Amino acid sequence: MIKAIVLGASYGGMEAIKTIFSELPDAMRIPFLVVLHIGTNKIDTFLVTLNQITPYCVKEAEEKEIIKPGTVFFAPPDYHLQVETPTSLSLSTDEKVNFSRPSIDVLFETAAWVYKHELLGVLLTGSNSDGAKGLKTIQKFGGLTLVEDPETAFAKIMPLAAINLSEPDFILPVKDIAGKIAELTSKPHK
Amino acid sequence: MPSEKKHTNDESVYGAGNSDIFDLELNLLFQAVQHKYGYDFRNYSKAHLKRRILYRLQASEIHTISELQHKVLWEKNFYRILLQDLSINVTEMFRDPLFYKALREKILPVLSTWAHIKVWIAGCATGEEVYSLAILLKEENLLNRTRIYATDFNKKVLDIARQGIYKKQDIEQYATHYTDSGGKNKLSDYYTARYGSVMFDQSLAKNVVFADHNLVTDGVFAEVNMAICRNVLIYFNKTLQNKVLHLLDASLSGSGFLCLGTKESIRFTDMEDKYTVIEDKYKIFKKGGKND
Repeated sequence: MIKAIVLGASYGGMEAIKTIFSELPDAMRIPFLVVLHIGTNKIDTFLVTLNQITPYCVKEAEEKEIIKPGTVFFAPPDYHLQVETPTSLSLSTDEKVNFSRPSIDVLFETAAWVYKHELLGVLLTGSNSDGAKGLKTIQKFGGLTLVEDPETAFAKIMPLAAINLSEPDFILPVKDIAGKIAELTSKPHK
Repeated sequence: MPSEKKHTNDESVYGAGNSDIFDLELNLLFQAVQHKYGYDFRNYSKAHLKRRILYRLQASEIHTISELQHKVLWEKNFYRILLQDLSINVTEMFRDPLFYKALREKILPVLSTWAHIKVWIAGCATGEEVYSLAILLKEENLLNRTRIYATDFNKKVLDIARQGIYKKQDIEQYATHYTDSGGKNKLSDYYTARYGSVMFDQSLAKNVVFADHNLVTDGVFAEVNMAICRNVLIYFNKTLQNKVLHLLDASLSGSGFLCLGTKESIRFTDMEDKYTVIEDKYKIFKKGGKND
């Protein structure tokens, strides 16, 4: 069974994330960990908006916070978000990865090491290649991977980089991603 | 290819078939390091350790953590390299400018009432925070009567801190942060640029004592009026965070100030009731509970 979902997005990511979270069913008892590239800007306003359109509890991740199901944890601006254990996360001020802090690769690989085959990685629109290596690590550790279809993505560079580096399990337009997440988390996959 | 390789961990041998060995080898490695060299990394963030170890495997073209452990035990020089990898050495000048602004406007006026001011920057790494604070103190006319103890367990980064030489490419961002922090001059007034680097005015460091000190294994360093330990605790687990907070507490004089990173907290620690919050957002605390 999928025990956690990690999600990465960059340019155009706010709209894609809003679409997905507004369409997810509210019964899912699973945590989401999210990196959205927004530079050093505050993320607060976006999280307030997101909280209004989804039944999940959306919040900025805090240092050594307990990972609770039904909650969406966003990386704070200028910190990497990492998974420590299946129930705790950590933040880091380590150097930027792919010119990014937070970096999607850092979240994806630390999550892959902990959740192994019980992880689903979702990579959305963006105009850099962050997340591609992380998605490959998720695959290496037996997890499932889903990439937004570059054809319909707001920015196609990020999904394309991921598809070029690994063969994702699913490539879907953003409107179909919520449905697929619901399906994948409701049954055992391997 | 080498520069591209730096952060790719996905080429390691570790994956679905052997993830249990990955965890086992990591535990054995840090047990071995503790027994052989006395340095205990076992309460460090696991995510941090894994990322740095996988980086070292790739950089040194070693396949497994067991092979790495062999080298660490038999080659002292290789242990030193690993120590560099694991130490927390990423720092910036005036990171979180509004923290420095709060320091300037709220804390320095209080500290200025003391005849002699002592500040401990614990885990100073390459010293960017040391020079940031020294500039702040100079502009508030406090530098001459302040002693700064800048400590780290990593001797190599301390050497860089002593020299005060940094990469020129970062300076533009530092200058913006300096201005946002309420800086009274131009950052360029404090350094000379040469080739690809900048060298900070050594008079800023004349009252700075750079010293080797290990927050995890050593005791109280000195009694100080302010202890600054920012973005170090996030690399430790709760147990070690508490231990280090006790050490910082023991080194602070009555009504001294404790400054942590903006995402660090004394909530749910032994210090929660022993300190008063001065700046919640920028994590400045004053020793002494509300009833003291």
